[in-house]
Amino acid sequence: MRPERLVVDPTACTAHGMCAELFPEWIQLDDWGYPMIDSGDVPPDLRDHAERAVKMCPALALKLRRGS
Amino acid sequence: MALWYLTRATGGVALVLLTITLVLGIVDVARLSSQRTPRFVVDAVHRTASLFVVLLVAIHVLTAVLDSFAPIRLADAIVPFGGTYRPVWVGLGALSFDLLLALAVTSLLRARIGVRAWRTVHWAAYACWPFAFMHALGTGSDIKPGWMLWLSLACAAAVALAVLARAAASYSAGVAVTGVTAVLAIAGLALALWIPAGPLANGWAKKSGTPSSLLGGKR
Ligand code: HEM
Ligand code: SF4
Repeated sequence: MRPERLVVDPTACTAHGMCAELFPEWIQLDDWGYPMIDSGDVPPDLRDHAERAVKMCPALALKLRRGS
Repeated sequence: MALWYLTRATGGVALVLLTITLVLGIVDVARLSSQRTPRFVVDAVHRTASLFVVLLVAIHVLTAVLDSFAPIRLADAIVPFGGTYRPVWVGLGALSFDLLLALAVTSLLRARIGVRAWRTVHWAAYACWPFAFMHALGTGSDIKPGWMLWLSLACAAAVALAVLARAAASYSAGVAVTGVTAVLAIAGLALALWIPAGPLANGWAKKSGTPSSLLGGKR
């Protein structure tokens, strides 16, 4: 499987912070509740957590992208 | 007859679960979460409970159709107001069922249809519940004043509180709270007038057993 990174669509994101609750290893919230995401490739053993955060995002603003 | 009991039991449980689903959905958007019940928990329970609602209502509908006690066809569960058995009240149930299916299907396809379309359909949740509630009270008019009435009223109270909290947490809280309070007051008043004159009167009359005392005894 090719490495993937987590990216957020900043215009779609509604700053609910659900992603940071679900995947704190990778996502932190700034002072306004918007996610700050580790830009590295998500390691395979954390992949499930990344997928769950993507699936649960109320705004569908979080995506897993193939690495560049 | 056993099926008919199952119809009623699943109906009652479905109303409670639908209430829980609606309230959690509202809690979810209003961001009324805390450290101890984080948002993702509220959201996950909201999604899971909603699927149980669909399952229960499916059993509720199927048993009602299969049972011979009331003449209800499968079409009556989907197409509102066409039936012969309490058409208005069963029809409200059918409307609620249709909306429920629309909510569930669009939610399952959320990633595909996009947030905007999903969101638009999801507003139907606020119509789905009142339809289900009126269906419960109206169709169950032979249910004597008892646990089902209090259960329904408790559900209504929970929904009213949640909707108020949602209004208070919205951007234009002042206007929203005033509007919601007005709607809730009118709905509450209408129910307070209608329940004793409608379902309760009929239930009481059935219990008393004689049609003449039915008309004479009911206030
Ligand atoms: C079928 C019964 C359902 C009912 C009655 C229901 C009801 C609601 C309600 C009332 C809200 C608040 C909407 C608002 O005020 O803007 C809500 C939000 C929400 N619902 Fe449902 N829902 C149902 C099913 C589902 C399902 C199956 C999902 C699965 C994806 C889902 C996901 C959500 C999400 C993610 C939110 C929060 C949206 C946000 O935070 O912006 N719902 N729901
Ligand atoms: S869960 Fe989605 S909407 Fe909420 S902060 Fe994360 S990316 Fe933004």
